[in-house]
Amino acid sequence: MTDVLVVAELIDGGLRRNTLTAINFAKQVASGTSGAFDILSIGEGSKKAAADLAKFGARKVFTTEVGGGYLAEKYAPTVAELAKKGGYGVVTTVASTYGKDLLPRVAAKLGAANLSDISAVSVEGGTLTYKRPMFAGNLFGYVQATTPIAVVTVRQSEFENAAPGGGDSPIEDVAAASDPAASRVEFVGLESQTSTRPELGDAATVVSGGRALKSSENFKTVLEPLVDAWGAAMGASRAAVDAGYVAGDLQVGQTGKVVAPKLYVAVGISGAIQHLAGMKGSKVIVAVNKDKEAPIAQVADYFLVGDLFKVVPELTEKVKAFRSQG
Amino acid sequence: MKILVPVKRVADPDNANKVKVSADATAVSTEGLEWKPNPFDEYAVEAALRLNENAPKNEKLGETIVVSIGPTEVQQTLRQALAMGADRGILIDSNDGLLDTAVTARAFKAIVDAEKPDLVLMGKQTVDGDSNAVGQTLAELLGWPMATFAMGISTTDGGKTLTVGREVDTGVLTLKVTLPAVVTVDLRIVAPGAVKNGVTPADHKYNEGARYASLKGIMQAKKKPIDLKKLADLGSDTNLTTKYSKFELPPARSGSVTFVESVDELLQKLRSEKKAI
Repeated sequence: MTDVLVVAELIDGGLRRNTLTAINFAKQVASGTSGAFDILSIGEGSKKAAADLAKFGARKVFTTEVGGGYLAEKYAPTVAELAKKGGYGVVTTVASTYGKDLLPRVAAKLGAANLSDISAVSVEGGTLTYKRPMFAGNLFGYVQATTPIAVVTVRQSEFENAAPGGGDSPIEDVAAASDPAASRVEFVGLESQTSTRPELGDAATVVSGGRALKSSENFKTVLEPLVDAWGAAMGASRAAVDAGYVAGDLQVGQTGKVVAPKLYVAVGISGAIQHLAGMKGSKVIVAVNKDKEAPIAQVADYFLVGDLFKVVPELTEKVKAFRSQG
Repeated sequence: MKILVPVKRVADPDNANKVKVSADATAVSTEGLEWKPNPFDEYAVEAALRLNENAPKNEKLGETIVVSIGPTEVQQTLRQALAMGADRGILIDSNDGLLDTAVTARAFKAIVDAEKPDLVLMGKQTVDGDSNAVGQTLAELLGWPMATFAMGISTTDGGKTLTVGREVDTGVLTLKVTLPAVVTVDLRIVAPGAVKNGVTPADHKYNEGARYASLKGIMQAKKKPIDLKKLADLGSDTNLTTKYSKFELPPARSGSVTFVESVDELLQKLRSEKKAI
């Protein structure tokens, strides 16, 4: 019997939707081992997020309000203390930059195994085996924790969002614990770009641009209309970000965002191993590139060879028309 | 500053798709692939060198020590970092099968306790294990603050603190850490203006990327010391926390690519064959 503690990720004073994939993972473990799962809502807006979190069948939802911006040194002691007190076998959150930053510190406090970015879990005779991508997604490893507690971050693109259901969970406040390391780090600020577009993490369609777009101006005038015609999230290759055409949070790849949408359209992207790592789980892949030998052909379902500056405007118009015909 | 830079050797990242699995599926084989420094660790060496030099005068301001853990051949990887400009190396002799995140972090803690650096600067993840956890684990074991996924570092408060820009999902999060601290670096830490040490003029234009070792650097590296230690002698806990029971290669994507001649053909096939639009 394994009980799971889900650490919810909060953003802008409320629940970040990616948490629903960690809840799904928790449900799989709990139901596979006849255990239960609880959720910890920690940060700014913890009570507001808790109201949403209480709708997913958790045995209990804990809240800890911590102001002043996220810092791992501030959050880790509370998570670790609750994990110890509650006798959980698994502590989990999403393998977002939040989860990857925070959970290894929690694991170290608990002397627990740290298992990053898992794509699946199986239960056999009460033992949990985790599948995780390695070598830029060119290998899968099946791994078990040899410690009583496993601290696990889950790859959002590999788990569905949990559906609401199971009545209202009781909500209980938990005091924040402290750590001397927190006095040696200061949150200075967060600079982010707001967008009305779907989030890369769970959009049904992603349209990404590469260095072949040649400028940030071209990203705006050539690629963005295609992105919006498709109602898609926008992504980019590392080369496009390094060249300064778009911000880093659009980067799709081994060390950027990993996505697996129903449709991925790669415009002017050659398909380096590191980029493929971030998108080859997509259901359908389309490439637009003037080089038919580009490595992206190894994963593409459809490849349109051509000059993107001619192809993309035509594609934009026709996608609009196609989608409006339904 | 005294900076400790952990460096891992990895199988050629640009050929990661050629990794193989043993017949009994219990081991990974990187046979035929050249060993290279983990790219993120190479960027950390570059960042450390930028922090520790007055670039236009080619003047050194502090000591950069590289450390690794693995079989004796890993000395070659450390020599590459020494050729870039690091001052000395430490190799903890062990074999890869005896290591995981926790064992590695604990071993590095023993080195930190002995060397007392101001800063541990390392890559955010290795491109083979892709765990992105050793830096965070080490920081916690040391009771130090950390800044992960750094894309910019500036020394502040007369060198007592570092102001670090971190690449996060929604943008850039800026932190200030009081030394000693652990900082893990991301891809753009080697952008021309990413590292500022308050000595090299702010408008000094570094090249994009990690510096190449000069011939002089390579020759000098041969004389720089690499201290060999045995993992068992460090006194750190060597109990593994994880166990890999098997490995497998991902299934190939079904079908091969269809080259379409026109936008019309693409959209028509996306609809009729894939119901994707």
